[in-house]
Amino acid sequence: MLKSLTVLAGALSATLALSQAAKAADPDPRNWDAVLGEAKGQTVYFNAWGGSENINSYIDWAGETLKERFGVEVVHVKLDDTANAVAKVLAEKAAGKNEGGSVDLIWINGENFASMKRQDLLMAPDWTTGLPNWAYVDHENKPTILTDFTIPTDGLESPWGGAKMVFFHDSTRTPADSVPHSSAELLEWTQRNPGRFSYPQPPDFIGSSFLKQVLIETIADKSKLALPVDDASFSDDVAPLFAFLDKLHPNLWRGGKAYPQNYPDMKQKLADGELDIIFAFNPSEASAGIAAGELPDTVRSFTYTDGTLGNTHFVAIPYNASAKAGALVLANFLISPEAQARKQDPAVWGDPTVLSMDKLSADDRAAFDALDLGIATLKPDELGPALDEPHPDWMERIEGEWLKRYGAAN
Amino acid sequence: MASGVRLARVAPPLTLAILLGPLAFGLAGTTLPALGYLPELGGESFTTAHFSALFEVPGILRSALLSILVGLATTLMALGAVAAFVASDLGTAGFARMRRMISPLLSVPHAAAAFGLAFLIAPSGMLMRLVSPWLTGLDRPPDLLIVNDPMALSMMAGLIVKEIPFLFLVTLAALPQTRHVETMRLGRSLGYGRIASFTILLWPPLYRQIRLAVFAVVAYASSVVDVALILGPHLPPTLPVRLIDWMNDPDLETRFLASAGAVLQLGVTLTALLAWVGFERMGALLVRSSRQAGRRWRRDMVLRVGARSLMMASALIVFGGIAVLALWSVSGLWQFPDALPADFSLRSWIQALPRMSGPLATTLAVAGLSTLIALVLTILCLEREYETGRGRGGGALLLIYLPLIVPQISFMFGLQVLSIWLGVDASFSALVLAHLVFVLPYVFLSLSDPWRAHDRRHDLIAAGLGMSRTRTLIRIRLPMLTRAILTAAAVGFSVSVGQYLPTVLIGAGRLTTVTTEAVALAAGGNRRVIGVYAFMQTLLPFLAFSIATGLPGLLFRNRRGLRV
Amino acid sequence: MTVDSVTDNQGLRLERVHICLGDRVLVMLDATVRRGETLTVMGPSGSGKSTLLAYLGGFLDPAFTASGRVIVDGVDLTALEAEKRHAGILFQDPLLFPHLSVADNIAIAIPEDVKGRKQRQQVAEAALEDAGLAEFGDRDPDTLSGGQKARVALQRVLVSRPRLLLLDEPFSKLDANLREQTRQLVFDRARRAGLPVVLVTHDEDDARAAGGQVHKVDTA
Repeated sequence: MLKSLTVLAGALSATLALSQAAKAADPDPRNWDAVLGEAKGQTVYFNAWGGSENINSYIDWAGETLKERFGVEVVHVKLDDTANAVAKVLAEKAAGKNEGGSVDLIWINGENFASMKRQDLLMAPDWTTGLPNWAYVDHENKPTILTDFTIPTDGLESPWGGAKMVFFHDSTRTPADSVPHSSAELLEWTQRNPGRFSYPQPPDFIGSSFLKQVLIETIADKSKLALPVDDASFSDDVAPLFAFLDKLHPNLWRGGKAYPQNYPDMKQKLADGELDIIFAFNPSEASAGIAAGELPDTVRSFTYTDGTLGNTHFVAIPYNASAKAGALVLANFLISPEAQARKQDPAVWGDPTVLSMDKLSADDRAAFDALDLGIATLKPDELGPALDEPHPDWMERIEGEWLKRYGAAN
Repeated sequence: MASGVRLARVAPPLTLAILLGPLAFGLAGTTLPALGYLPELGGESFTTAHFSALFEVPGILRSALLSILVGLATTLMALGAVAAFVASDLGTAGFARMRRMISPLLSVPHAAAAFGLAFLIAPSGMLMRLVSPWLTGLDRPPDLLIVNDPMALSMMAGLIVKEIPFLFLVTLAALPQTRHVETMRLGRSLGYGRIASFTILLWPPLYRQIRLAVFAVVAYASSVVDVALILGPHLPPTLPVRLIDWMNDPDLETRFLASAGAVLQLGVTLTALLAWVGFERMGALLVRSSRQAGRRWRRDMVLRVGARSLMMASALIVFGGIAVLALWSVSGLWQFPDALPADFSLRSWIQALPRMSGPLATTLAVAGLSTLIALVLTILCLEREYETGRGRGGGALLLIYLPLIVPQISFMFGLQVLSIWLGVDASFSALVLAHLVFVLPYVFLSLSDPWRAHDRRHDLIAAGLGMSRTRTLIRIRLPMLTRAILTAAAVGFSVSVGQYLPTVLIGAGRLTTVTTEAVALAAGGNRRVIGVYAFMQTLLPFLAFSIATGLPGLLFRNRRGLRV
Repeated sequence: MTVDSVTDNQGLRLERVHICLGDRVLVMLDATVRRGETLTVMGPSGSGKSTLLAYLGGFLDPAFTASGRVIVDGVDLTALEAEKRHAGILFQDPLLFPHLSVADNIAIAIPEDVKGRKQRQQVAEAALEDAGLAEFGDRDPDTLSGGQKARVALQRVLVSRPRLLLLDEPFSKLDANLREQTRQLVFDRARRAGLPVVLVTHDEDDARAAGGQVHKVDTA
């Protein structure tokens, strides 16, 4: 069923690409003064996940700064799921609203980006490399800035922050020397500590990421992950993954009959003592949780020896956005050294920067160096290797397979 | 009677257009994709393939059956508790106390009550903390599947505690239209027990008055999203939760599947309603056979205590849950098994409050305006019904209840497309209109029975005294029905405050209310922030109901005839 | 039935009044009621005698069909709306408006041509005094006794200056003692105000007390 729909969509995107050819001129970031002039007085509706008060506060700050400096109003449209914003743009397209859309900037990556790119729902062509602050971006050493889940970004989304899967434990209950350092060790750990580990139920982003982490560690031929799923060998390719899960599930929290909703839910359960090991996509989450009084200060981080998933999250502008110039100004501000340093502060948010320290001025670099990353945050050299995200196709397929196998377990 | 209130003439058609227009377009916008037609996504021919795909989804049948079960069991338990309690305690001091205690519960939004319940009964919840470790010996929460259990028991519990106040209030509103005091006395003097007297003599006319409200409960419980997300089973979840997942799927082609699912949801709710009608028949048969056998059922103490306990539990759970939510909103680190937080902090409030003013203003404006419009339309419709005589137009007005019976989720996508087509998405007036679709039926539902039961001889006397219809309406009818009107307004207000899907879709994220903010933040699962927003979400309707119950007592403090 | 020939046009004239429900004729009546006189319509319950009152008052249910004319003091009421007929009515319950004080119950009935708050207040007070309830103006109507309520209801209808008075078994709920007293009061005031009265009842005593013509409606 999914396959036939994908085929439909393929045919469809071809038609859509045609219909979109002729359009009013978009603002050009290479002519920045014109962009600033046009942006003045615009209101940018920034559609971003609103589940974290820390992040919400940060976006508020960015909005206030933008208003002060450039006369651009920023409204944070708080989403509980980024796909809602994608769906909104699609619904507008369905209704023929090719201009004056309700989404101006969208916080995005991975399959949402792949979906919007495939359906030509994004402002094109390349605008990100034209942003003045692109000069600071570390695209040479951070490959995930140019390739989002193996999909070339093609300048359709501008990097905002880095992410890497990191595990947390409470050192009073789980000594640091007993924590697992690979998925295989995790499996053994759960057999010794039944009911104290779980992962958010896919298709939650963090939960799906866990599946991908295991997939990368267990698949026989890792090179396959850079390409779309090969139907012929798919079940063989994922057989080790599901063998792993079959062994893991009986020892999960609640015996795998219920799952945490998402990362913050796992965080709460770590604090409650329901879970002993949790994981997040932001290395400083634990420190931020301690600072907010949500986690005890005995929580510590660890990663896997052979690496964990790493990726980048971005902002993108829908093709029919109402305030494209304003959105460009916001996207540019978000990768300014000032905004990036503030973002990396665990007391504010603690999200890793996408900038290259080498490209910054001495003052800006000092601002980054001065940050106290918190007791529970691993230093960059302790984070271990970053594993590339598989092609988005894999995520969709293993989510479907997961649902088929475990979705009606009761 | 040729004369009448002139405006009342246009009210019924206008009302129906406001309600049925969005409903019809929304359903069309859902049904067409379900049948394969959505040109923008490449669906240009009709096919049943999406339904075949739907029925191949693992566990789909279980999800659908679970929804039906939840709808029926919730309604049965809640209605049973309310009926048995009214039968048992009507006219006692305990009844008045319970009424004061239960009524404010209606104002608690479903999501807030569900969170409260989860915070209470989870293995790491308040109840377990209170008895640990001194009683249980546990210093870590036990690995027990209580919340999100596969049989949806905790979900039903969450719904029951919220539907009890609703049905209780509806019953209370209908009660004055029966001669309940005399009837109960008569029944008991004939030797029937309290519950038997009530069931045989008072319940049939009473039930007829609250029947549509009961139907709304069946429909709601079988299609609820937020409570299911918080308390419902995971593998598989109830049908509406799966629909939301599909609608949120970044793979936009899943919309076809979601649309087919939305049509299935329509069938699920309809099935639940039909089954309920079956229950009604069975119930009527049982009552009749007991009556014909002349059984007196004098020993009904167990049932009476049971009903009273269930009512008490409903109140305690919701209040307790809200209290725990409030506590979380000001807590610092709070680990198991501590019964109280290690430290307190206003951090969550300080972070949230400044950001709340915008959504708060929108919430109040939309709720106030949609309630006002609903009230005016309802009163004019009922006036028109009175003037033209019952029966005529009565059938058409039944359609007002459709938005309560048709699951929201089944017509929301289509409605969203419509609003964008018209270019009115994210506009304040469109949002008010969208809320009106759901506010109006509830206002009508709560006002129509007291209105119709109002002794029309008062109107005849007024006419004989030379008063025009308009003057009679303003001087006699409206004041006499003040209590019912204010209650209807409070109901409408809280319905508007609680609206999530229509606000998100029509407001397009640009117009946000306290509720959309709360749900967006609930995605973060942060108990402290949930506590802040759920508390605010509870406060607004609570104020509305306080006014509705307090004001008539104040206005008519010297008018014994208007006391209930 | 014989009808006195009328030379003047004072009083109530019912001309060939027919009220039917489908094919069934409920009421067939041709009568003249002079000012201060009473026409008593008698019949068992369900015979349609209340339908006649509804017809005269102008609120006949559309399910019924009616023909004939109703003329009071030369004014044809037949086509008029209920509120323009000025047909005062008393039911078996006093039906005081529960949200208004006793005085306001009466004040609300005073015709609009009595202008000024003070003047209207005086009219209401006078009416209360006339009913021996001078001290009761501020009271909650629900606190009055049955007899007092009946008297307020009577005063209320009288101050509205009706053209005629319709009585729908108004005494049937009162106890025997009170019934006799109230009956006398109502007929006395109606006579004093020169109102034609139509009384519907199944109580022979009512008919005797009214003393006018009696029209019997048969069981259908």
